[in-house]
Amino acid sequence: MALSTLRIVWLYPDLLSTYGDRGNLLVLAHRARARGIDVEPMQIRSDQHIPHTADMYLIGGGEDGPQAVAADRLLQDGALSRAAEAGKPILAICAGYQLLGSSFYANGRAYEGLNILDLRSDRGPSRAVGEIAGEAAPQLGIGSITGFENHGGRTHLGEAVQPLARVTAGVGNDGATEGAWAGHVIGTYMHGPGLARNPKLADLLLGWAVGVNPAQLPPLDDTWPERLRYERFQALQTASQ
Amino acid sequence: MSANLTPRAKFATTLLRTAAALSRATGRGDGSVIGGRVGLIVEPRLLELLAEGRHVVLISGTNGKTTTTRFTTAALEAIGRVATNSFGANMPTGHTTALAKAPKAEYAALECDEHYLGQLLDAARPKVVALLNLSRDQLDRAMEVTALAAKWRQTLEASAGQTTIVANADDPLIVWAASVCERVVWVAAGQSWTADSAICPNCGAHLDRFGEFWRCTNCGLNRPSPQWSVAHQGEAVVGPDGRRYELNLQLPGRVNRANAATALAVASLFGVDPAQAAPRLSEVASVAGRYARVERDGRQLRLLLAKNPAGWLESFDMIDPVPPVVLSLNAREVDGFDTSWIYDVDFTSLAGRKVVVTGDRRTDLAVRLEVDGVDFLVVDDIRAAIAAVPPGPVEVVANYTAFQDIRAEFNRVN
Repeated sequence: MALSTLRIVWLYPDLLSTYGDRGNLLVLAHRARARGIDVEPMQIRSDQHIPHTADMYLIGGGEDGPQAVAADRLLQDGALSRAAEAGKPILAICAGYQLLGSSFYANGRAYEGLNILDLRSDRGPSRAVGEIAGEAAPQLGIGSITGFENHGGRTHLGEAVQPLARVTAGVGNDGATEGAWAGHVIGTYMHGPGLARNPKLADLLLGWAVGVNPAQLPPLDDTWPERLRYERFQALQTASQ
Repeated sequence: MSANLTPRAKFATTLLRTAAALSRATGRGDGSVIGGRVGLIVEPRLLELLAEGRHVVLISGTNGKTTTTRFTTAALEAIGRVATNSFGANMPTGHTTALAKAPKAEYAALECDEHYLGQLLDAARPKVVALLNLSRDQLDRAMEVTALAAKWRQTLEASAGQTTIVANADDPLIVWAASVCERVVWVAAGQSWTADSAICPNCGAHLDRFGEFWRCTNCGLNRPSPQWSVAHQGEAVVGPDGRRYELNLQLPGRVNRANAATALAVASLFGVDPAQAAPRLSEVASVAGRYARVERDGRQLRLLLAKNPAGWLESFDMIDPVPPVVLSLNAREVDGFDTSWIYDVDFTSLAGRKVVVTGDRRTDLAVRLEVDGVDFLVVDDIRAAIAAVPPGPVEVVANYTAFQDIRAEFNRVN
């Protein structure tokens, strides 16, 4: 592990931080420090320049108005697009996920997105609120996923991205697939926060950021996150019976 | 008051009381909701008719409604009888029951759910409306918070008329909603949770904050000068003329001193001398179980209800620094099914003390505390939690249904 300090940028908490999004930053920092990796968390407000030199970027969810403002400022800044091109890991949740695509719907109209991921989002027939679960793409090696979703949008994937998971409960993109990934960029509707409930997804991002296979990261005692995952999957099974 | 009720409304009121009494007698609750529902079926205008001729104050906001309503009731009782929904039934059915049960009360202090403010403004024609604060709460089933502020603003503009608003000058969402009204009394009631008002609700630009002051450099929305505030030193409220009203509250925390300031501001609009009202607030020992002290097996528990991130942070500010802490989390329908908000709460202040977690979603809390580096013990229920801590004082923090479960264990303590 060549990095002396892992610099994780959390983008625009002033605009996009609605459902415990800070938790993803906390979980990444916790899991990195537990392996002896120093972490410098950087909270960047929407009136600040985005640093080019960070090792990972996080962006969260929010209401329509702030989502449109965030997309506009990200387009003007340009640093997130350059980070994606440079292969830096990016994790985007919900409204943050939608704005990485070519277009998204907010305030009753379509807005231009960042075009980092080949997808577009529009409005669904109803709001998707509740537990979500799925089987992640096998190439990612993270098994099943669990989270909580709360969004009115539906997302349509293009050919240049893969779905993050096949949905087994909940809605996700469209009831069949959930989230998307390409290169080191991952978008998802899972909050909960997603990384607290999916430690392997957190380690995948950490592995990308420090340049090692996640399987080579020293293992952590995940008794409590594993118990939480078990409970959430059980709750879905009970509900479907 | 009831002397002017139509025969139909009188009949509806009688049925309401009977239904509420039956519900209580059969152990189904305090009967406020079912009673009101029955009364409103018989006479849909019952709430309006029962409110007519009374001096009404509505109290709303995300946190502190029940306590502020209790304080306001105590203050108004200095000059007359007060009808109030003291059981926390804060929707129109509960308001109807509160008024029906107190036909002779010329005053009414009604706690109002945030989503029913407009309906209550129209039905109860309040003399005063107190607006405490707005922050994120049960987002999977309620409105997002800026949208709620916008709805309040519209409602107040349409219906506030001659009503005086007592509003929190420290909360930008409250200021924006209330500033459409002609008569506003501002209270510096504080804001423990600023994350939902980083952005100007009026124009979307960043708010500048320096100490307690805030302003939008783009559109000019700013913190109004408060007439009422909490004293910086000691326990007192400072009134519009600079006079200090000493408090000796049994309820803990800065947030309850702010609730007291709001209650005194409201009471003074009804003609109550704050000097006469302030000592009455000190008589409030607990509010529907909140802040209640109960004892079991040599452990003295203090029960704190906290339903959302702002509430949890406020309770961490209230608790004594030494005793063990029991945290209990549920995610049933009225709590909201989504627990992700616990990541908006900073638990690091609990590090180094004994922390016991319980509730339906104790595992969520365990994962959360591990991330914050706080040692914890997970137990099945409040009995096991009590057994897990040594005799002596214990602080208990729980969200809504978790709190009710604990209250039930202690005979529904008030």
